[in-house]
Amino acid sequence: MAENQRILVCAGTGCASSGALPIIDILNDEIKRQGLEETVSVVGTGCQGFCEKGPTLVIEPQQILYTRVTGEDVAEIVEQELIKGERVERLLLVDQTTQKPVSLMADIKFFAKQHRIILHNCGVIDPKKIEDYTARDGYKGIEKALKEMSPEDVLEEVKKSGLRGRGGAGFPTGLKWGFCRSTPSDKKYIICNADEGDPGAFMDRSVLEGDPHSVIEGMLIGAYAIGADEGYVYCRAEYPLAIKHLGIAIRQAEEAGYLGDNILGSGFNFHLNVFEGAGAFVCGEETALIASIEGKRGMPRVRPPFPAVSGLWGKPTNNNNVETWSNIPHILRNGAEWYGQFGTEKSKGTKIFALTGKVNNTGLVEVPMGTTLREIIFGIGDGIQGGKKFKAVQIGGPSGGCLPDDMLDLSVDYDTLMQAGAMVGSGGLVIMDETTCMVDIARYFLNFTKKESCGKCTPCREGTTRMYEILDRITKGEGKEEDLDTLETLALTIKETSLCGLGQSAPNPILATLKYFRHEYEAHIRNHKCPAHNCSALLSYTIDVEKCKMCSLCAKNCPTNCISGDKKTNTPYVIDEDKCIKCGTCIDKCKFGAVSRA
Amino acid sequence: MEWLTLTIDGREVSVPKGTTVLDACRMNNIPIPTLCHAPELTSAGACRLCVVQIEGMRNLPPSCVTQATQGMKVETQNPKVRNARKVILELLVANHPLDCMTCQKMGDCSLAEYAYDYGVNGEVYQGEKRNLPIDSGNPFILRDQNKCILCGKCIKACSEIQGKSILDFSHRGFDTQVGPAFNLPYNESDCDFCGSCVSVCPVGALVEKQMVGKGRPWEVSKVQTTCPFCGVGCNFDLNVKDGKVIGVTSNPDAPVNGKALCVKGRFGMDMIYSDNRLTTPLIRKDGVLVPAEWDEALDLIATKLGEIKKTHGPNSIAALSSAHCTNEENYLMQKFMRAVIGTNNIDHCART
Repeated sequence: MAENQRILVCAGTGCASSGALPIIDILNDEIKRQGLEETVSVVGTGCQGFCEKGPTLVIEPQQILYTRVTGEDVAEIVEQELIKGERVERLLLVDQTTQKPVSLMADIKFFAKQHRIILHNCGVIDPKKIEDYTARDGYKGIEKALKEMSPEDVLEEVKKSGLRGRGGAGFPTGLKWGFCRSTPSDKKYIICNADEGDPGAFMDRSVLEGDPHSVIEGMLIGAYAIGADEGYVYCRAEYPLAIKHLGIAIRQAEEAGYLGDNILGSGFNFHLNVFEGAGAFVCGEETALIASIEGKRGMPRVRPPFPAVSGLWGKPTNNNNVETWSNIPHILRNGAEWYGQFGTEKSKGTKIFALTGKVNNTGLVEVPMGTTLREIIFGIGDGIQGGKKFKAVQIGGPSGGCLPDDMLDLSVDYDTLMQAGAMVGSGGLVIMDETTCMVDIARYFLNFTKKESCGKCTPCREGTTRMYEILDRITKGEGKEEDLDTLETLALTIKETSLCGLGQSAPNPILATLKYFRHEYEAHIRNHKCPAHNCSALLSYTIDVEKCKMCSLCAKNCPTNCISGDKKTNTPYVIDEDKCIKCGTCIDKCKFGAVSRA
Repeated sequence: MEWLTLTIDGREVSVPKGTTVLDACRMNNIPIPTLCHAPELTSAGACRLCVVQIEGMRNLPPSCVTQATQGMKVETQNPKVRNARKVILELLVANHPLDCMTCQKMGDCSLAEYAYDYGVNGEVYQGEKRNLPIDSGNPFILRDQNKCILCGKCIKACSEIQGKSILDFSHRGFDTQVGPAFNLPYNESDCDFCGSCVSVCPVGALVEKQMVGKGRPWEVSKVQTTCPFCGVGCNFDLNVKDGKVIGVTSNPDAPVNGKALCVKGRFGMDMIYSDNRLTTPLIRKDGVLVPAEWDEALDLIATKLGEIKKTHGPNSIAALSSAHCTNEENYLMQKFMRAVIGTNNIDHCART
């Protein structure tokens, strides 16, 4: 082939876990063996977003996607794709609607329907090379700010863009910066909150791993606008690759003169530190995060004073999350007006979501604010796995809520979701099908929040445990009629009296499921049945004598020997419910569909 | 001073600028329950029992950390506020041993008082309860963490009053505990046993060990007195039952020390009834200490000191004064040595 080609191998945490790293070496060896090293280069990139199909690789310039690649596939890919220019069909993605393989990214729903601004470098550049970032207009934003704009101009531009905080609360970023800027002080700090802790959320990790310079550039611009000369990235220690890439990026930016004193000869100074969190979810709350950096126990404190007045070490401090910061370079480079064309009237720009659960395409997706849930789940996500029925989407993590199918056409933006009893949150989207029990889901999230409560205020510390206990009882069939009222009273009190956002939003999974799936709670309590056939304590297994061929497979495989019967004496096979542990092995083993679960 | 006017429960009240909503209520005799608030400590806003409803504010803000503002409209007793407080009390009581009959704090327990006021009996939430060992390895403080409501006042008293910072929270959520580093018992920590933590504990988690079983608060009369142990002049209340001192508690109005005391003042009053206590002067006669009258003892001292001074000169005499004495007594002692005896040989036990 005459044309130069690049092979982009996803080396983000997801694909690395599925074995992507050795593929890069094997590819390089094979390319050398075939004498293609002059025209083909291999790049280990950050997250390409399609984690569940990983390891993934993309052939450029054609933009051909290969999924679930192993080292053994490499020789075939080089032979077929690079030499013959033909597809290796078995490694292509199968569209679930047409059941046909698709090769070009532009034809794959997962990619075609996204709009990548924040992720435009993720999965495309080598995050360990500053020149890859600058080659795609990197650091143009800060150059423009320092050379052409005053700090006030920058602040105005960010305000005008309508950007709102991507950490979950959706507070207008420019307004927040303005508070910190207007507090007089000899020293100010800015913080990047990279303590992403929602179960199933990995947007911030992927941005830090795949495009760390965009976060640094965003912070530089923010520091210039606010008047800060020092910053911290508070990153959870469970993100070693993100911390590594960020460390490399900071060193490179320092060497290139983007970080340090007298940046680009402008007289503006900015130093950036990385602080590793110790594993507390509550440290995502900004006052707890600040306490943690100061070496104290990570516990939120009452506000006011807000960090913009008295934050880190008592100095005015501005804190935004990873995704918010990485929006900033794009706004500066292209202008607030350009940015304003994406999204809705009150929720501008794009948002990254971690699409997970019972959906065909799972991974990281970026869409303009205002996209409908249906478009994300059935368009990008390509529908529900195994052709099952959609039941609910959990949005906003442990602070969010579950929305049912009649709300699929809701626009995903801060205000609409809040009204519906959910929230954008940090951007977790967990899709649930008909086999998911909504009481059990609420129980799962409460188990999370009760463990992560810091223990400072009474309602959250004691209340989350009591809500969990009630839910646990209900899923075991021990619920009482009055439990629903108790739960509701408790949930509303915790929401209204807790000290920080963790407690104030911890009851949301319960309130939302009670609102939209109350009948499931009632079925557990009144009929001792789990409509989703999920809660094992409420299931009973029976053998249909008509269908049973007395093959004894179920009895032989039962781990508790609770099935008895005998073909010789024509004694029908029955399950002893007292001994049954509801593991479902009998159903799996029966070839005649004689065992049923209810 | 700038004053603000706000409306509390329909009543217009004026308070100085900088007053919290809680203080504005208390200045006007409007009762607000609090567990984690103490006027001498910084406010944590943690127990959430003092929540009120304020027009225009989201949720139910805690009055102890909310500043009163001009024109603010506060409701402290409406059903929503009272229900929220009741739920919070129910949550606390659900994780609290209900052994009030034998609890030393009975009659002086804030949790019991509010539970009574709000009709909370601990039946709503049945579930897990803490089961932590009781720390009784020291002679002064009995620490039962199962009764702890995690208000955090002991932590603040230790750091803000005593400056020791022995205590802090450990673990998270429902498992949160208060204690010295590594959850050591008090006697293995750096604790001075000043007992400031005991003086602020609103429940029976920290009590004066000496007083356990000796008397109920309503049987005890409190007698304010000045500590005899040193010249600082701390005040406290002797707790007297049937004419006998059973212990010491802080008197929050003590002008010198407030609630703060040292280990001697708070826990050393058993010396009143000690068999070793000297109640008369003793003179050694033929090698044996014999009780004597004050006049006899003072005459003997005067004679002996006079003889020594005459024979060996004033510098052969030295005096060591005591921190037990007041400043005035210590002043007199040095004056006596310098002016009467004629020597500068005077020292004090606290000058180390």
